[in-house]
Amino acid sequence: MELFAMTAHELSEKIKNKEVTSQEVTTSVFQRIDAVEPKVKAYVTLLKENAFKQAEAIDQKIKAGEPTGALAGIPIAIKDNMNLKGAKCTCSSKILSNFISPYNATIIDLLKKQDMVFIGKTNMDEFAMGSSTETSYFGKTYNPWNLETIPGGSSGGSAASVSADEAIMALGSDTGGSIRQPASCCGIVGLKPTYGRVSRFGLVAFASSLDQIGPLTKDVQDSALLMNAIAAYDQNDSTSVNIPAPDYTKSLVKDLTGLKIGIPKEYFVAGMDKEVEQSVREAIKLLEKQGAKIMEISLPHTEYCLAVYYILAPSEASANLARYDGVKYGYRTPDAKDLLEQYEKTRGEGFGPEVKRRIMLGTYALSSGYYDAYYLKAQKVRTLIKNDFEEAFKHVDAIVTPTAPTAAFKIGEKTDNPLQMYLSDIFTISVNLAGIPALSMPCGFTKNRMPIGLQIMAKHFAEETIFKVAYAYEQNTDWHKEKPKL
Amino acid sequence: MKITKKEVEYVARLARLALNEKEKDKMTAQLDSILQYVDTLNKLDTNNIEPTSHVLPLNNVWREDVTRPSTSREEILANAPDQAEGFYKVKKVIE
Repeated sequence: MELFAMTAHELSEKIKNKEVTSQEVTTSVFQRIDAVEPKVKAYVTLLKENAFKQAEAIDQKIKAGEPTGALAGIPIAIKDNMNLKGAKCTCSSKILSNFISPYNATIIDLLKKQDMVFIGKTNMDEFAMGSSTETSYFGKTYNPWNLETIPGGSSGGSAASVSADEAIMALGSDTGGSIRQPASCCGIVGLKPTYGRVSRFGLVAFASSLDQIGPLTKDVQDSALLMNAIAAYDQNDSTSVNIPAPDYTKSLVKDLTGLKIGIPKEYFVAGMDKEVEQSVREAIKLLEKQGAKIMEISLPHTEYCLAVYYILAPSEASANLARYDGVKYGYRTPDAKDLLEQYEKTRGEGFGPEVKRRIMLGTYALSSGYYDAYYLKAQKVRTLIKNDFEEAFKHVDAIVTPTAPTAAFKIGEKTDNPLQMYLSDIFTISVNLAGIPALSMPCGFTKNRMPIGLQIMAKHFAEETIFKVAYAYEQNTDWHKEKPKL
Repeated sequence: MKITKKEVEYVARLARLALNEKEKDKMTAQLDSILQYVDTLNKLDTNNIEPTSHVLPLNNVWREDVTRPSTSREEILANAPDQAEGFYKVKKVIE
């Protein structure tokens, strides 16, 4: 097997045993990028020169017998909304197209401590707003399983890079499904950790009460390894939670005896995609065979999640994106007669249609006279949604659902209808509103050979339960070993 | 109609967002359909429900007021669209 096709835990073994060097792995990954990137277009920026410098330094460390991190020498891709000092950080937007990060996000420092190699910055929906990576200012990313379909979004570049073996692992961010839905579309493993588990310092803010960074990987073990690296308290993020992170690899056990898994009836409705339903139902049967107790549960406010999200996320975004005014960094309009016009033209020219739509929606929902009717109302319904999960987790340890209502759809299919696009996140949004962790993993294929995703949720800070369920499922299936033909 | 073109123009001004006529028309129609969808929330009685702004209890985080190294002025200004004498340069604000 080619080095680029291996998982991080396989390569780590080989690097530690001095069977291969980080430079050889990095070379293999960049050869793969040369071969398939023209088709997939997963990256906004490649950091080739720097990556080889890093790999060389790490190889010397290993050769000298110095202590190295658990993921030493492994090449990783970073979504282009996380600051990596000296590299461009564009959020796939014209307004940040020339922005160079003056500092590292906390997660970058943590990965450096692990001696990881940064390959590049991946494409995304502009400012992480979207479910298809079609709104990027730098062009679309293509699903490695079928180049005529979307890779999901907003972390579509990160998911496609891992699926196409253009990266061994990647980081994404998830505000309403932006790690899990692309993981589902691209047939890989994606985890959105508990809100507050991973530092957001240096992640460009979209909706601050919902955003969370997490791993996109080839299997569950890699997901646990990457979580071990990034889950930590950070004094630079006031919403970071000071609870020690466990060793997540200890949860990778096959036995599910006695574990209670809830199946929310609201996620299995009449008219749902037959192939998705069948794959997920079969996955549930397999979990039962592994010893889990399956129970039907209810999350009664599920039907309101999308409406709550599309008030709260744009409201927070409209405030967070107020900083892009062409004064301190980023794009500035070349012709304005005064400061007000400079603001309006800079933003009018610098943002794409979806970002403008959400800024408008959020500004409207927060504006005088509408605040109570929209923003406050949505916050109250958010409480009801959160309560649904709290009640459910009194009875079950984990909840299993489909990740997305369908497999990856055709490019351009939903770009003219925002509401149709928003419905792609119907099964993932509730998790962000409740702040709980959830993982998506491959659980089958459609008859057109497109991956289907299984979503596993647990209560706050119960990532270990998720890993346990996911590992037990993965050890009894081969979906994660399937590769797209590119 | 949940929102008119005039309201869209007003909100665009609040958001400091220049929109052309075509964008305004499209925005009006699209915001209208999204707001109609959001109306589904009104089916719920939320009179005695507390709002959630953050899912986990948030406390003020305090630290000692001690100086620490920070990013240098040169590094910060390196991203400035326009600068002069160590400052950001913008259009004249005062008449």
